[in-house]
Amino acid sequence: MSIEVKDVTYTYSPKTPYASTALKGVTLRIEEGEYVGVIGKTGSGKSTFIQHLNALIRLQSGEIKVYDIDLTAKKPDLKRLRGTVGMVMQYPEYQLFDETVEKDVSYGPKNLGLDDREIKERVREAITLVGLDYEDIRDRSPFELSGGQKRRVAIAGVIAMRPKVLVLDEPIAGLDPKGKQEILALVKKLKASFSPTVIVVSHDMDSVAENCDKIALFSDGEIARFASPREIFYDDELLAKTELDCPSVVKVAKELSRLGMSLPSMPVTKAELIAALRERRAHG
Amino acid sequence: MDNIVFGQYYPSNSPVHRLDPRVKLLIVLFYIVTVFFVADYAMYGVLFLFIVAVALLSKIPLRVLFRTVRAVVVLVLITSAINLFFTKGEELLFSWKFISIYKEGIERAIKLALRLILLMLFPSLLTLTTTPMELTDAIESLLSPLKVIKVPVHAIALIMSIALRMIPILMEETNKIILAQKARGADFDTGGVLKKAKAMIPVLVPLFVGAFRRADELALAMDARCYSSVAKRTKYKVMKLTVADLVAALFCLSVFALVFLNKYLWHFDEMILSLFR
Repeated sequence: MSIEVKDVTYTYSPKTPYASTALKGVTLRIEEGEYVGVIGKTGSGKSTFIQHLNALIRLQSGEIKVYDIDLTAKKPDLKRLRGTVGMVMQYPEYQLFDETVEKDVSYGPKNLGLDDREIKERVREAITLVGLDYEDIRDRSPFELSGGQKRRVAIAGVIAMRPKVLVLDEPIAGLDPKGKQEILALVKKLKASFSPTVIVVSHDMDSVAENCDKIALFSDGEIARFASPREIFYDDELLAKTELDCPSVVKVAKELSRLGMSLPSMPVTKAELIAALRERRAHG
Repeated sequence: MDNIVFGQYYPSNSPVHRLDPRVKLLIVLFYIVTVFFVADYAMYGVLFLFIVAVALLSKIPLRVLFRTVRAVVVLVLITSAINLFFTKGEELLFSWKFISIYKEGIERAIKLALRLILLMLFPSLLTLTTTPMELTDAIESLLSPLKVIKVPVHAIALIMSIALRMIPILMEETNKIILAQKARGADFDTGGVLKKAKAMIPVLVPLFVGAFRRADELALAMDARCYSSVAKRTKYKVMKLTVADLVAALFCLSVFALVFLNKYLWHFDEMILSLFR
């Protein structure tokens, strides 16, 4: 078990006219090795939820445990927590600040209090891992890079901390299709290397269906369902209730079945759809 | 964000909220002048009651109003301390080594503190009951006679409203960047002044870069819509004086008049004191 969330409720600006409850009794459990998608309409509490995971938002009520770090403690070990849960915020390229790429990426590990050799090693590893040429880019200013490169550098800045849990808030927002594919492939690579648990907030249902083992569907500050993509995207009642859009694959499958071509399985990824179509043809 | 209450609009639909912002602005200007003419404690009391009355009428919780004083607490303490220790008078109350406190010093310290607090409270009511946009419109309208001598009133108002509009955006941006850097293990809370200042660099650099980016985008967007500062344009919200504005102005001005009458004619304090003699 890597993350356990119990009955977490959070209100912004409590006791003012601006008070708004963003989370209402959220409970879920994320196992190590899972790729979890967090979806829901804007304002459904997704961002508030993930910011709880590394105590960017302090608990108001409820319990959260990340590995052995208890966030209900009066003074949780924030340094260790933030080294454990790496958070890539929305548009992470806007957090770049230092003169060179190398210095910027080393900001996180430095804050963890590592020694210089270890930092250098991690920075090289992180920059290489995000698909950039370390020797070529280390001394360049992060501000002169292209948009896609900036985002990679920003992600490198987080993974240089070698987090066991990688949380990404809308990692593919504002990118072109090619950039999207590259970032998604990168996340997979990171998951395979040292961040076994990945949590992604996304509005892009195709990428969620394609990559996630489980989906936490948020609706009005509550978890409407925490289940596999198949269970969620084929639950028409749930989809209607939460005004959720389907991934293209599911749309195709449903349209086919409406036209009388029902498939032998319920595909959510492209590969599954192709396999289902093949199987259908083989059986006539 | 809680500590930047000064200048924060407190939404409600009270008679004070509905007043013409120009009238409110002028009343506050008169008020500020008036505060400097307050001569004795009785008048401080009168002004204080006046503020409480307006606050009650505007449906703003007194707790929210008095919170704005927190912003000037340090200033109040410092000025009061300076006056307490450095005012020389006739009646020496306390003396130890180089410190000597006179009765006059105590009185001056108290009066200055009261004056600063009063100066903070009422203008806070203005910003609590008036949106920044209304205020800008009011300033533009009040300054418009200056157009005759070629003062670019509209441009000034536009700059003000853009600046005001950008404050919440920049605050939000600051918070986001702070969160992002905290997620990278940044520590803004411990260490000495120098360390804390240094810790702000990873916040300030992206903030400035972002501000310039936004300014560029905004200029481009305005250009794309053929914005011109000399074009004649109408207002979406037309400000109109009503009977309520007149009543409010008269009421406030008569309270302020009380202060002046007291200072130059009545000497209220002495009248009250003489009753007890």
